[in-house]
Amino acid sequence: MRFQLAEDQRALRDGVREVLARCFGPEALRAAVDDPGRLDRALWRELGAAGFFALRLPEARGGVGLGLPEAVLAFEEAGRALLPGPLVATHLAAGDVPGAATGEAVVTAVGNGLVEWLTEADVVQGDAAGAVPLRAVDPLTPLHRVPVGAPVSPLAVLLTAAEQLGSATRTCELAVQHARVREQFGQPIGAFQAVKHLCAEMLVRTETARAAVYAAAVTAEPADIDTARLLADEAAVRGARDCLQVHGGMGFTWEFELHLHLKRAWLRTHRAGPATESEDRLAAELLTESA
Amino acid sequence: MDLAYTPEEEEFRARLREWLGRALPSLPPKPSPDDWPGRRAYDLGWQRRLYDAGYADVHWGASPTVRLIFLEETEKAGAPYVGANFVGLLHAGPTIAAEGTAGQRDRWLPPILRGDEVWCQGFSEPDAGSDLAALRTRARRDGDDYVVSGSKIWTSHAEVADWCELLVRTDPEAPKHRGISWLAMPMDAPGITVRPLRTLAGSAEFAEVFLDEVRVPVANRVGDENDGWRVTMVTLSFERGTAFVGEVVACRRVLRELAGEARKNGRWDDPALRRRLGRLNAEFRALWRLTQWNVSEAEMSGGVPGVGGSVFKLRYSHARQELYDAAADVLGPESLDLDRPWVLDRLSSLSYTIAAGTSQIQRNIVAERILGLPKGR
Repeated sequence: MRFQLAEDQRALRDGVREVLARCFGPEALRAAVDDPGRLDRALWRELGAAGFFALRLPEARGGVGLGLPEAVLAFEEAGRALLPGPLVATHLAAGDVPGAATGEAVVTAVGNGLVEWLTEADVVQGDAAGAVPLRAVDPLTPLHRVPVGAPVSPLAVLLTAAEQLGSATRTCELAVQHARVREQFGQPIGAFQAVKHLCAEMLVRTETARAAVYAAAVTAEPADIDTARLLADEAAVRGARDCLQVHGGMGFTWEFELHLHLKRAWLRTHRAGPATESEDRLAAELLTESA
Repeated sequence: MDLAYTPEEEEFRARLREWLGRALPSLPPKPSPDDWPGRRAYDLGWQRRLYDAGYADVHWGASPTVRLIFLEETEKAGAPYVGANFVGLLHAGPTIAAEGTAGQRDRWLPPILRGDEVWCQGFSEPDAGSDLAALRTRARRDGDDYVVSGSKIWTSHAEVADWCELLVRTDPEAPKHRGISWLAMPMDAPGITVRPLRTLAGSAEFAEVFLDEVRVPVANRVGDENDGWRVTMVTLSFERGTAFVGEVVACRRVLRELAGEARKNGRWDDPALRRRLGRLNAEFRALWRLTQWNVSEAEMSGGVPGVGGSVFKLRYSHARQELYDAAADVLGPESLDLDRPWVLDRLSSLSYTIAAGTSQIQRNIVAERILGLPKGR
């Protein structure tokens, strides 16, 4: 059994991280926050050119020909970088919707009561009739409410969990970096157990979620995907909150990127429908032979 | 990234499963929890069966994946747990295998594997629990012997043990982590008194051990004099890294039994309780994946588990307590009846966030050694 990243998977992850650092670094993030509601088409095409949307499309159809584990690694990096846009819907539409694979088309999908990026999208999957805009909590994700929701595919749930994992990884890093250098009472705050233990729990939640998300990427089984979703939601939301706590007053400012992680993490927890539905399915699974 | 087993690993699993199917029906009934001589005989008898069938050294002779399969299959089949052999097989044995001389390995390892000798662990002391390195038991050199005086506490299996892996202070002047040595102490040496301690679960699970001028040959020291702390860290990494594999499998079985019980007694209709069981299913599924992740990492890095064991232990020990709290809610008022299943397990689960390093100590380890945060005062 080799349940660890393979050499080429590491290389892929590092490659995606480099591309995102180049085309969506801190300055681009800041610019996007200052001009909310607009999707950067040049960025979308750049993602398309890098193979982000066509990652799982067979080479014979112009894709990269990789599998779900690789897609999960790419979406983890997207979550880490807070990359905006209907990434999951466009990725899943590659091969079906013309232009999705190359990033020429922006595709969104009607989800559980909400549609993301409705007015910026070229193609809408599902029935968005009667959609009403709302003032979205996450400044980087415009939202419409829809009267009739649509079920969310397990693959979309898994890719969302991967984004949550990336966000959890990033907020843990931010907290640790701050705790190492910020001094109070004559020493770095990371030397205090109260702060140290917050950071340790962030890592524990992140690494437990990582094992669950990667396993679901390998098996693609429904129970594994529900598990990944619950664990990754927990790691992302609680990680962002703890990161805010470690940063003190600075964590509560608009200027610091942390609130964007927390708000996006909240948004993603709603994509797959209520968490109670995942819990119900996992409860029912206990009564089956395969549990 | 892969969750598939090699053909050799699958063959090992099939062979083991077949052997367990033949061996288990002929087992004698389990002794009562407080019958320590009976438990020693039972556990050693099972170890002897494993030895004769060629499975005895799986804890240190096999690859981490094969060991994972062994623990998974034996638990699924309902085979006895290591029990009284716990310290010998999972702590002292691996430590002697990694740090002992050829002579020491020849003397101590075969009797552990054959189920001839039982070990206990003399680490904790009354005034040095979580601060393990604050131990004060002294060992004074006298010719070819150390003369040991002091006391140990929380020593499981002390009443029936043949040997004790003992931490002693050999240089009281040195900084506290530096003056410690690791000794193998025969439990029948003059000057040793064992006093059983009763736990909140009502059983005499462990003991206090008093040492009054006990002579231990210098030849019984594993590792260099005053290098015992490093040797101990090797032992503890085994304890935290791989000791819980079978238990995760067991917890997943308990969870299925709980769901069945809730269905039977009507509590399944309570959505809050049902969803709590669903969330625990996610929790233990994730812990099983984390186990597979850690085992794969150990496999690729040469077998010795790293500090990642602390991450697992933290999450698992709390999840186990939540599992048995949920069991109590499934049982309702019957959770107050000691004769009901899961009630004693609930009581014993209270020790999991304390034993083998408290959760607070584990968080310090994770924060300092993995995240690189500064040491506090």
